[in-house]
Amino acid sequence: MSRRYDSRTTIFSPEGRLYQVEYAMEAIGNAGSAIGILSKDGVVLVGEKKVTSKLLQTSTSSEKMYKIDDHVACAVAGIMSDANILINTARVQAQRYTFAYQEPMPVEQLVQSLCDTKQGYTQFGGLRPFGVSFLFAGWDKNYGFQLYMSDPSGNYGGWKAAAIGANNQAAQSILKQDYKDDITREEAVQLALKVLSKTMDSTSLTSEKLELAEVFLSNGKVKYQACSPDALNKMLVNAGLTQPATEES
Amino acid sequence: MECVFGMVGNGFSLVVADSSAVHSILVHKSNEDKIMILDSHKLMGASGEAGDRAQFTEYVQKNVALYQFRNGIPLTTAAAANFTRGELATALRKNPYMVNIILAGYDKETGPSLYYIDYIATLHKVDKAAFGYGSYFSLAMMDRHYRKDMTVEEAVDLADKCILEIRSRLVVAPPNFVIKIVDKDGAREYAWRESVKDAPVSTS
Repeated sequence: MSRRYDSRTTIFSPEGRLYQVEYAMEAIGNAGSAIGILSKDGVVLVGEKKVTSKLLQTSTSSEKMYKIDDHVACAVAGIMSDANILINTARVQAQRYTFAYQEPMPVEQLVQSLCDTKQGYTQFGGLRPFGVSFLFAGWDKNYGFQLYMSDPSGNYGGWKAAAIGANNQAAQSILKQDYKDDITREEAVQLALKVLSKTMDSTSLTSEKLELAEVFLSNGKVKYQACSPDALNKMLVNAGLTQPATEES
Repeated sequence: MECVFGMVGNGFSLVVADSSAVHSILVHKSNEDKIMILDSHKLMGASGEAGDRAQFTEYVQKNVALYQFRNGIPLTTAAAANFTRGELATALRKNPYMVNIILAGYDKETGPSLYYIDYIATLHKVDKAAFGYGSYFSLAMMDRHYRKDMTVEEAVDLADKCILEIRSRLVVAPPNFVIKIVDKDGAREYAWRESVKDAPVSTS
């Protein structure tokens, strides 16, 4: 039955569904997951890297976290080649805004402009939707720290804690249980690592499989900081989520 | 001929403009309001070609309103000034708007501010600014008497000094002026300085 409708992205099925959009979301369910947590003094993003091969030499140390502007960063789950296109448009939008107004673009506007692009591919024919979900972490002068989640349909929402990618429902329910409104950034990092340790398939967490990035204020200015592998390893040992390297050998 | 000037005081900005609509040697109207209220906390005083002035200030006003509807937050005065400059800069290499603008506004974070924007897309953040023939006199008056900590009364008094100087020294002085201010309570008309009323229409 669905065959007749799922080859076209832009046609509703008789049950009122858009199959290609749903398939795109399905594709993200298999991708490496990412978690974002909003705290009172910053936003934390943690991502799971799917290591494909030890021989693979990536051009950057980061494959899931991207800085979009000085005050916004995002974590990606889904098809990376699709994500690269969207990240590029987001960066262009952010710079266009600064060019027009000489001010950083408000975070929600940036998210919205990107989601408008995504939405277009669910309505205009002949193209498939983007198979990417994003977590956006940012700060602006109007609403302070913010965390947004977006999916292939072009929907987005502001969240206190959110998870995308593989096992996102399990992660989401742990976050729901353990999130407190007055959580600090340090606690948020701990919580994010804990959630990922429970929802990831692999037994022990290492910096090879993880990425951590934070957006926070330092000296009144927004700062994006990606955690170095060494610092991340130390953090994991301290949290008791992995054995120290010496004991492993 | 045209006189538009403005200044920043203690917690407010003030814009003054003449209100003559002139074409060639003829005065068509002496109660033309050349200060557009852009949004709740912004004033745009403009001089230049009458058609361009009306078209451009309205265009900016509508864009500021659109931004507010779309995003739920108002543009800051600085952002509006930069947007205005950008529009003039793109127009400059196509079909330029002949307008000079004094943009005054009040923001919660930054307080009152004043921007000088001319038709060749120059943008300056200033404490006092003036355009037109009246600028020769109003700038001189403001150079002599302006203080950063002026109250509304003191600033209006200085504006009156400028107007008096324009009226007594400028051959082609306009008869009427409008004064508008913007502060934490919003942008509003403050007063008119009229020496000529439009001739009443005889009823007989």
